[in-house]
Order: sequence, then C-alpha cells, then structure tokens
Amino acid sequence: MSSVYSEIILDYYRHPRNKGTLDHPHIKAKDSNPLCGDIIEMQLELDGNDSVKDVRFNGQGCAISQASASMLTELVKGKKLDDVRSISKEEILSLIGGQLSAVRLKCALLSLKVLKTGVYTYLGSMSNSKEELSGL
Amino acid sequence: MGQPMQRHATLYASEKAVSYDLERVRADFPILKREINGKPLVYLDSAATSQKPVQVIEGLDRYYREYNANVFRGVYQISEEATAAYETARKRIAELINAKDPSEIIFVRGTTEAINLVAHSWGRSNIGLGDSVMLTEMEHHSNIVPWQLLARDKGAQLKYVGISDEGRLLTEEFHGYLENGGVKLFAVTQVSNVLGTVNPVREMVREAHRYNCRVLVDAAQSVPHMPVDVQDLDCDFLAFSGHKMCGPTGIGVLYAKRDLLEKMEPYQGGGEMIREVHLYEASFKDPPFKFEAGTTDISGAIGLGVAVDYLSKVGLRNIRNHERDLTAYALDKLGKLKQMRIYGPADPDTRGGVISFNLADIHAHDMASLLDEDGIAVRSGHHCAQPLMERLGVAATTRASFYLYNTEGEIDRLVESLERAGRVFKI
Repeated sequence: MSSVYSEIILDYYRHPRNKGTLDHPHIKAKDSNPLCGDIIEMQLELDGNDSVKDVRFNGQGCAISQASASMLTELVKGKKLDDVRSISKEEILSLIGGQLSAVRLKCALLSLKVLKTGVYTYLGSMSNSKEELSGL
Repeated sequence: MGQPMQRHATLYASEKAVSYDLERVRADFPILKREINGKPLVYLDSAATSQKPVQVIEGLDRYYREYNANVFRGVYQISEEATAAYETARKRIAELINAKDPSEIIFVRGTTEAINLVAHSWGRSNIGLGDSVMLTEMEHHSNIVPWQLLARDKGAQLKYVGISDEGRLLTEEFHGYLENGGVKLFAVTQVSNVLGTVNPVREMVREAHRYNCRVLVDAAQSVPHMPVDVQDLDCDFLAFSGHKMCGPTGIGVLYAKRDLLEKMEPYQGGGEMIREVHLYEASFKDPPFKFEAGTTDISGAIGLGVAVDYLSKVGLRNIRNHERDLTAYALDKLGKLKQMRIYGPADPDTRGGVISFNLADIHAHDMASLLDEDGIAVRSGHHCAQPLMERLGVAATTRASFYLYNTEGEIDRLVESLERAGRVFKI
C-alpha cells in the first residue's frame, strides 16, 4: 500500500502555497469538518472575464486537508469560473495520490467543497449546486 | 457456551492465579489473527469498543440456533430456556458488581441510555427550579448532554468540577459546590476515557451523601477493566456498556439502588413493563421490569452474561494488574519519544489503560492514518469530550487504550510506528 503521506503532501503541508487572505476578494467561503475539526476558507479575486486572478486559502487541520487546499489553489489560478465549477473530486485525489479511507476523503475534499460553494453562491446558482456538492 | 468455555474453565479456575496466561487469552479472540496491510492487527481502541472472545460469539450463535424465543411470554420450552438465560445474565451481572439483588440490574442499550433513563425518570421527579446537577470537566458527552437537556427543561443549573493540569479532579471545587447547597446529583466518571484518571469515587460518594446529594457513576471505562463493587462504592446509580467488556453492541446496564427504583417513574411505556392496562390507565410491574418496555435485546443480554462469565474467570483483578503493567510500560516507552506530550496522570497505579497523546505538531488524524498503515488501530479526535479538549487546549488527541489481550510487543509496534510518523513529518 502506498502511503498518502508522500514527500509532496508533506511539502505542501509544511510550506503551503497561497496561504493567507486577499484584500478584495470577490468570492469568500468557509466550512469545517466537524469530525476532524479541519477548517478551510477559500478566497478568490476575479478579473473582468470571470477568471481567477488570484486565490488564497486559510485554515487549520490535518495534513491532508491543508495540503489539498494548497494544491487546489494552484490548480484554479487563471482558470475560468466555469472550469473551476467542473473540477472533479478525482482530479483532487490524483493530485494527492495514495489511498485514502472514506473518513479521510472528507479531509481531502473539504477545500473543493468550500471552493465550489463559494463559486456557486457567486454565480447565483445554489439551487443547481446541491447535487454536485452532495458527492463531496 | 460450548467447548471453548469448558476448556478454559479449569485454566481460569483460580482468581488468585499469579501468572496471567496472555497467549491463552489472545487465542480466545479470533479477530487478533487478522492482518492489516500485511501486518498483524494491533488493536489499541478497546476504550471505544472491545473485541469479542469466541465464547461470546458462540453464545450468541447458540441462542439464535437453539433457543431463540421471546422471554417471559411463552409457556413453551425454548421460551423458558431464553427467559432462564436472560435472567441468569442479570444475576451474573449483579454478582460481578456486587449488587444486593438482581432486580437492581436494568438492561438498557448502553451507558448513554442508562444515563438518559436516570435523567428522565429520577431527574424529572427530583431536580427542580434552582437545583443543581454537579458534573466534572472530564465527562464524556453522554454524561453531559442528558443533564443539559434536563437543566433546560427544569430551570436547573449545571456545576462543573474542574481538573488540575495533571488531569485530577479539583476536590476543593467539589467540596465548595456541595457546601453552597442545592446540589441534588453528582454525575461522575469512574475512569476518564481520555485521561485514564481513576477518580476517588468511593470517597466522593460518602461526602456527597452527607449533603443529601445522590451520585451517578459512569462506569463505562471501569467495570470492564477492574473490580467494581457498588455496595462498597455506595453509589446510587452506575451505568456501563456491554460492548466495551467483551459483550455485544446494543446492550448495557443501569444499576440503581432498589429503594430508588421503586419510587422512580417508568422511562418508556409499552409491553412487558405493565401489570394491567386499561383504556385510560395502567399499572406497572416491579423493578427491573418496569424499566424494560418492549422486547429487549435478549441476545445481547445473554451475550453479555457470557462475557461476564468470561471476564470473571480470567479475573477482573488479573485484568487490572495486566493493564496496569502495560500502561506503565507504555508510559515509559512513549515518554522517551522526543516532542511527545502525554495527557493525564503519570502514575500508572491511579490511571486506567488509556493513554492520550500528541506527537509534536502532527494532527491526531494524520497520526491515526499513519499508524493504520502499520496495522495499528487507535482512536483520534475529541473522544466525545469536547469540554475536556478545550480545557486541555487541544483540538484533538490520539488515544491508545489497552485491554486484557494486549501485549508489550504491541506497544513496541506502536512506538516503532510513532517513530516512523516522526520521520515522515520530519519533526
């Protein structure tokens, strides 16, 4: 079995990219995982074409939740919001690598859930989002 | 109980046996043969639920195969067999905790339901506006939330006895609350499920009774692990769960003094708890049946009876001594790891086989995942004791807990895996 605690995960955990807050974010969302106590906030700044100009995450919790949030910020930078919407959980899991138990999947996917909640709210399409979020 | 029980009957005949035959005990637990990720399972989460010996598994199997029937109602043979087994279990449990009479043993779903029963039944009649229920900062949620609900409904207050940094109750606070008056009930855990602290329940009961304060003991972490004598403790209520003491899930016990039970209102209404039912009124059976509405967990009770037999034959004193030795060994080995923070009392003589810790800044869930990669099962999180976590100033801890089947070799495996975790996280 390959450990999920790869050098890459540990590097993102110890040296997180895009951690912090933005001065004027267009999108802000925050959520927690009550089981683990993981907390993630995502902030996005957009350009005129609804593309992600800048992004930050903030939070605390286990290495999986924090590293995956940091990886996600790199993934979305420069992307159009419509493309951010379509990021799948499989993409996140392949970035993380290794095998995760069902309980730890929630840690890995918390940041994606937060990000999508923020994007849906911004786009005013929360009604369509329940189904897409239910898999996270 | 089948062959294996008889095989061990002679082995465990003497409670005074000096040598504890750990290998024979382990052979009784089929799950210990499992491998996880290619390594033998090291199960260090018995404070959450214990593993089951083959005697209990076969006892359940035999009930369902040979005499499955509802209790009390049938006049046919297998119903009478089931009733006899159910009532024998009650008697065995009464003997285990030295209750005066089996009628003081009420079968419930577990510790949680036992405490809720007391809160609903005794609490609603005896706790009123302005009265207090005294708890401690180290209680499990199951010994907090039922009292919050009661206090909210009745306009009562909750008082919390604090703990020292070492994880012991602050006795001056305990005395202070009693002296201030109005405390009708003290609900306290005998052994903390996080810190392992063994509380001086016997002395606290005596003190509380001087102020007409009743005492409920949460014995979920004590009855499975050490001799507990309710007459010696003189507690008014005592609650514990079957699944933490080698029994099945879904069965637990409320012990209460007979005179209290006689005055208490029923908890749930239904079949089996009644003497006569008319359209607008009903009369109730005597305890314990008054509190066992509907078809209870018959197989669970019978299985718990077998578990009690098993534990009694191994000997609760032997189990306590074994766990004490393991705890001393583990405290020593874990304490030598750099950046290791262990919570709770340092003295293994006054703590149970529960060790909560954090290694450097490694999150408890990462730690539990890393240990799982090595086939080691531990608990991580807040352990259903969020107020205690707040007091300790941590979001979560990793917890290793021991039982009669654990070995020093398994603790060595834990230590090796913790060292590996330290390397992975470059601490």
